[in-house]
Amino acid sequence: MTLADWLDAALVDADRRNLPALRALLEGLARSTTALRAAEWNTDARDQAPDGR
Amino acid sequence: MAASSTIAQLAPRIRAGEVSSERLTRDCLDRIEAQNPALNAFITVTAEEAVAQAREADRERAAGTYRGPLHGVPLSLKDLVDVAGVPTTAASHVRDGHIARQDAVVVAHLKAAGAVLVGKCNLHEFAFGTTNEESAYGPARHPLDPTRSPGGSSGGSAISVATGMAYASIGTDTGGSIRIPSAACGLVGLKPSMGDVDATGVVPLSWTLDHVGPLCRSVTDAAILLDGLRGTTPRPEATPRAASLTLGIPRGYLMDRLDPDVATAFGETCDRLRAAGVTLTDVTIPHAGDTGTVYLHIVLAEAAAYHGATLDATPEAYQPDIRLRLEMARYVLAEDYARALHGRQVLTAEVDAAIEGCDALLLPALAIPAPPLGATTVRLGESDEPIRNAMLRLTQLFNITGHPALTIPCGATPTGLPVGAQLVGARERTSALLQVGRSVEATLWPDGFSLAAR
Repeated sequence: MTLADWLDAALVDADRRNLPALRALLEGLARSTTALRAAEWNTDARDQAPDGR
Repeated sequence: MAASSTIAQLAPRIRAGEVSSERLTRDCLDRIEAQNPALNAFITVTAEEAVAQAREADRERAAGTYRGPLHGVPLSLKDLVDVAGVPTTAASHVRDGHIARQDAVVVAHLKAAGAVLVGKCNLHEFAFGTTNEESAYGPARHPLDPTRSPGGSSGGSAISVATGMAYASIGTDTGGSIRIPSAACGLVGLKPSMGDVDATGVVPLSWTLDHVGPLCRSVTDAAILLDGLRGTTPRPEATPRAASLTLGIPRGYLMDRLDPDVATAFGETCDRLRAAGVTLTDVTIPHAGDTGTVYLHIVLAEAAAYHGATLDATPEAYQPDIRLRLEMARYVLAEDYARALHGRQVLTAEVDAAIEGCDALLLPALAIPAPPLGATTVRLGESDEPIRNAMLRLTQLFNITGHPALTIPCGATPTGLPVGAQLVGARERTSALLQVGRSVEATLWPDGFSLAAR
C-alpha cells in the first residue's frame, strides 16, 4: 500500500467514525511515515542494502 | 531537617536517631497541604499510611534494625505505579474507581528498604505527553513559576521533590518523562539502562520504550534509589577524577536546535568541565535525525495495542487530545512498525559506537526552558516547532536505544529557570554512568548540593 493510498483510506475511515479532528493528525503521521520509509537504512526486496549493493 | 536535604545527608541522621521518620513525614505532609492546592503535584495523598509506615520505621530503628539509606525516608510515586489498596489513576477518568490489587515490584522493593510513601503524583494522562497539562486532575504547575509547565510526563513527581513534599520521587520515562521534568525543575533524574528496573505493576505507555527511575536531588541519591528500586544492596563505588574523564558531545541533530539561553548555559558548563580537566570531544550519530520518526512509530503502535479496547469502550473517558492521538496511533501499519524496529537497531549501534572511547556522552537534557502552560509551539532559530517535539528532541533517542541517561542541573536562564545537562552511558552500565555523574556533579557543584544554589 502506498502512503497516498493509506492516507486516503485513513481519512475516509476517520470521517466514517465521525472524528474529523483526526484528519490533521493523520496527515502529520503520513509526513512522518514518509520520512521513515525514506530513511537510508531501509532495505527492500529489490535492493538489499541502502548503498545499492 | 531542611526540606532540601539529600537522602545521603538524611540517612545517617535517621540511623543515629537524630531525626525521626515521623517528623520528616509530617513535615512533608504539611508542605503538601500548604503547596499542593497551588501546584497540583499530587492526585492522592496517603497521609495515614505514610505516618504509620514512618512510625514503624522509627520503631524498627529504635529496636536496632536499620534497613539502609531509604529507611524512613518519605518518597512520592508517579500515579502510574501500583500500590496495593490505593488507586492508580494514570491521571485519567478511564481509571475511575480503580484500586490496585498488589504492589508494583518497585514498590515492594522500596517498602522492603523501609521507604515511606506519601502519595501518588500528577502526570500527563497515561504519560502520553511532555507538559503535564492534559490530566483529568488538572495541570501541574512549575514550582518557580506557576504559569509554566513543570515538564512531563512525571511533572507532579518533579514538583514534589523540588518543593520538599518528598525527598525523591519514582517516575517513568518513555521518551524523556523523568529527564524532562527533572531538567525543567532543577533536579537530578535517572533513566536506567533498559531492563535494569522491573516495570511489572507500572501502567505502560510503550512496553519496549518504558523505563522506571528516580527524580531526586543528587547523583548519589539516584544511586541509592536505583538500588532501592532493584532491591539490591548498595556498594561503595569510586568516583573518577574529573581530569580522567572523556565526554563525547554529539554534534548535529542533538545540538543544532537549542533555545539560546539553554545553549549559553550548556556552553558555560562545557567551559567549566574543560577547566577541571575533562576532555570533551565531538562525536557523531549519523542517523540521529531519524530519531523522531522511529520513536513515533514505536510509541504509537505500542500505545494503540494497550489502549485499543478502552478506546472502543469508553472513548469519552480520555482527555480529548489524548483520545485523538491514541486514535491516530491505531492507523500505524505493521510494516511501518517493523521499519521503526529496524531503525532502532541502526540507532542503537550508532550510539554504541559514539560512546566507544568515551566515558559518556554529554548534551543538554531539554532544548528549551520550562514552557508556558498553553503554549503549543516554540520559536527555535528561524522556525516554530511543536512544544512536544522540542521537549522530546534530546531524550527520546536513548529510550529507543536503551542506553542509561542521567540529567544533572547545570545552570539557569537569566530569568532563573533551570537548565539540565544530560550524560548518556554505555548500555547495561548504569552504575558506571552514575560514577561519571558524581564526578561531573562535584565539578559543577563543588560546595555540595543546594536547591537554593540552583
